[in-house]
Amino acid sequence: MTQRNRFLALAAAALAVPAILSGCAASSGASSDSDKLSVVGFSVLKTANEPVISAFQKTGAGKGVSFTTSYGASGDQSRAVAGGLHADEVHLSLQPDVQSLVDAGLVDKSWDQNATHGILTDSVVVFLVRKGNPLHIESWDDLVKPGVKVITPNPASSGSAKWNILAAWAHAEDAPGGSDAKAQEFVTKLLHNTVALPGSGSDALASFLAGNGDVLLAYENDSIEAKAAGDDVDYIVPKDTLLIENPAAVTTDASPKAQDFLDFQLSKQGQTLYAKAGFRPVISGVKTDVPGANDPSNPFPKVSHLYTIDKDFGGWDKANPEFFDDTTGIITKIIAGLNIGS
Amino acid sequence: MTSAVLSQDTRAVGRGRPGVRSTLTPGASLGLGIAMIWFSLLVLIPLAAIVATAGGEGWHGYVDTLTNPQSWAAIKLTVGQSLLVTGINVVMGTLIAWVLVRDRFWGKRLLDLVIDIPFAMPTIVAGLVLLGLYGPRGPLGINVSNTPASVTLALAFVTLPFIVRTVQPVLAELDADVEEAAASLGARRLTTLRRIVLPSIIPAVAAGAALSFARAISEYGSLVLLSGMLPYRTEVVSVRVLSFIEGGDRTSAAALATIMLGVALFVIVALDVIQRRMARRG
Repeated sequence: MTQRNRFLALAAAALAVPAILSGCAASSGASSDSDKLSVVGFSVLKTANEPVISAFQKTGAGKGVSFTTSYGASGDQSRAVAGGLHADEVHLSLQPDVQSLVDAGLVDKSWDQNATHGILTDSVVVFLVRKGNPLHIESWDDLVKPGVKVITPNPASSGSAKWNILAAWAHAEDAPGGSDAKAQEFVTKLLHNTVALPGSGSDALASFLAGNGDVLLAYENDSIEAKAAGDDVDYIVPKDTLLIENPAAVTTDASPKAQDFLDFQLSKQGQTLYAKAGFRPVISGVKTDVPGANDPSNPFPKVSHLYTIDKDFGGWDKANPEFFDDTTGIITKIIAGLNIGS
Repeated sequence: MTSAVLSQDTRAVGRGRPGVRSTLTPGASLGLGIAMIWFSLLVLIPLAAIVATAGGEGWHGYVDTLTNPQSWAAIKLTVGQSLLVTGINVVMGTLIAWVLVRDRFWGKRLLDLVIDIPFAMPTIVAGLVLLGLYGPRGPLGINVSNTPASVTLALAFVTLPFIVRTVQPVLAELDADVEEAAASLGARRLTTLRRIVLPSIIPAVAAGAALSFARAISEYGSLVLLSGMLPYRTEVVSVRVLSFIEGGDRTSAAALATIMLGVALFVIVALDVIQRRMARRG
């Protein structure tokens, strides 16, 4: 009797385990259907991609191609793909998130060898303020004045926050008499004025729209989208700011249609559609009205001092560990050293 | 339930080990097998993996995590707030359960239904609702957003149902005759409460408190928008863990998670001991 009981328990185990394992295998198996594209992107792209996808489906190359899409925080999406989420194309917030897929062997080393160096969409860091700009925020220096309440997502968890903080750093270093020490002092002051460090760009926007803070450090395209949606906000493009460059790549086992789609996204038609959603075009010659922009007919005013991650920080490969390493990063240390908000 | 388990244990010990085995019918052992596999796949194996990851750097992974002032502040905040909120729930949850069982009033059914909403609501929505009400533009003129009080508020909201729902059925089962007998023997209301009612509901309160505490130390969603996630002030452990993962530092994330696992285990065991003591006395 006892033996039989043990046998039954073992039999249950023997039956259950393969059933569960085969269930897992089935869900990850179906991938190589050439007319289906899986696009994995960072959260902001959700609304911007819809018109691009439907326009692509009207072209010769895109006829009959169906899409599955997944959007989320850039780092999360990158880890999800590395962890087995099937993707034909990834479109992420910053280069290190694609680099980690190159390291994992999922994206080819040569992904950034095209006319735009792998970049699909551009934006700049701007200040989102309350309607009418009651505090007259115009420049970076206004953000560190006493009593100004700043919100930025947390650079420890958000890619967009890294762009924001580096923009502030570049400003302070570029100012007359600027130095690393001055920049460190400036960013420390800025973080002292910070009243919330939400986990992602979209959480930060939600917190700002709920009434928190005076200034939100944000992407220009996010700000345009918020204004177009009728939120009671204005945005200021400072005289000097950092160019945000979002990379995209097809994966090594992608269907051939993925490259067609990426080519379409980089075409004049594709870039025009992204511009309408508030992104600065990565190719020249794109002209379109952008609803929600400060001046819809001249939506992307030229920034007199436009910093870039490559020119001013030596690229992400250098800047990411230097500023954001878990223990030794300059910004990590600043945040650890101050009692923000108190 | 606890007393039933206890008496079974003593019987089993009395008859020796073979006695334990013989209580399993073929059907029961099949059930046990399935239960154990399910439990292992869902809980035991993933937990073991976390502990193993955290142990990847030996003891100094834990020491580094604990001596990092920002992590330590997050642990103190999370455990402190969870204990505070569990304390609040012990009082308020028991009170609500009492009102729902003993009193008759208009809207009782509705209240009984609404209690479960914090369970059913996605926690991020809970955070949004709380921010709307107790944020900078709240109609009440109270603004707790981005302060430690926001953590208390969010945790109190998401853990409210636990003690209500564990105490409610026990109170409903409690025979009013016993209380009447006590009263007729001359016991005052407070004495009846202390000697008759409390001993019967304390195991349920302790069980609810354990659930409430465990839920509180793991909360993330409702804090995302409300707390501002400020290091040293409103940054809870789950947010800290997320930052470690985002930064690619899985060992620190796992170490911090394992520490919290230990805290949760300690509190749950402590509450279980209280529960057993009370059950034995009652």
